[in-house]
Amino acid sequence: MIQALFFYLFAAVTIASAVMVISSRNPVHSVLFLILAFVNAAGLFMLAGAEFLALLLIVVYVGAVAVLFLFVVMMLDVDFVELRQGFMQYLPIGVLIGLIFLAELLMVAGAWVFAPEATATASAPIPDPAVVSNTAALGQLLYTRYIYFFQVAGLVLLVAMIGAITLTLRHRASVRRQNISAQVARTRATAIEVKHVEPGRGL
Amino acid sequence: MTLGLAHYLSVAAILFTLGVLGIFLNRKNVIVILMSVELILLAVNLNLVAFSHFLGDLVGQVFALFVLTVAAAEAAIGLAILVAFFRNRGSIAVEDINVMKG
Repeated sequence: MIQALFFYLFAAVTIASAVMVISSRNPVHSVLFLILAFVNAAGLFMLAGAEFLALLLIVVYVGAVAVLFLFVVMMLDVDFVELRQGFMQYLPIGVLIGLIFLAELLMVAGAWVFAPEATATASAPIPDPAVVSNTAALGQLLYTRYIYFFQVAGLVLLVAMIGAITLTLRHRASVRRQNISAQVARTRATAIEVKHVEPGRGL
Repeated sequence: MTLGLAHYLSVAAILFTLGVLGIFLNRKNVIVILMSVELILLAVNLNLVAFSHFLGDLVGQVFALFVLTVAAAEAAIGLAILVAFFRNRGSIAVEDINVMKG
C-alpha cells in the first residue's frame, strides 16, 4: 500500500516535471525541472529494487549531466525568447502526434503478459536481497560476464572526455601561458641587462 | 492494489512521449532538444529496470547501466559541440545550423 502511494507520488512528480522541462520559458528552469524529474525517477528505480542504479542516477545525472547543462545554458549568451518562436505553431501537430504515439505505447503496455516460463529462464536471476545486496549482485555480474562491455563503456567515456576537451579547448593569443623550454633555457645574459646610470640624470 | 509491470511501462511511455513532444515543440532550441533526448533515455532506463524487476533478471539493470554511460557521454559531446558552434557562429538556433548544407 505504502509502496503504491510512493509509486504514484514519484510518477506524478516525474511526469509533471517532464512537462515543465519541455514547456518552460526559461531554459534554466528547464534544467532544474530536469533535475527534479531525475531525482523522482531515481525514486521509481528504488521502488523497483534497483538501488545501485537509483543512486547512480542521482550521482551521474544530478551531479554531472544536469550541472553541465546548467553551465552551458548560463555560459551561452543567447536570446532564448527568440528561440521559442513557433512554439504555439508546432503545438497542435506535436500534441496530435504525441497522443497517437502515447496511445500506441499504452496499448502495448496494457496488452503485455509474460509467458509463464519467462521468469524461470532468467539468464542472471536476482539473488535474495537479504543475502546479496543489489550492488554486490550487479558487481558480480558486471565484472565477470560483462567485463568486456564494461571496458568498452569506460572507453566510450574516455573518448567523450577527450572529445569534449579538444572541442572546447582553445588557445587565446592574449593570454600569457607557460613555455617551459624557453623559461628553462634562459641564461644570465638574456635575463639581465646592466645599465650604466650617470649620477643626477636618471634613465 | 499491487504495482504491476504495466504501471512502470505506462510511466515510461508517458515520459518517452513527452521527450518526443519536446523535440517537436522546441524545434529551435538545441539545449531543450538535448534535454528531451535525456528524458527519452530515462524512459528507456525505466523500462529496462521495470522488466528486470518483474522478470527477476539482473541483466536489465546491467544494460541500464550501459545506457546511462552512453547518455552521459552523449550529453558531454553534444554540449561541447554546442559551445564550439556558438563560439564560431554566435547562435544556437537550429535553423542556423546549415553550414554543411549543399
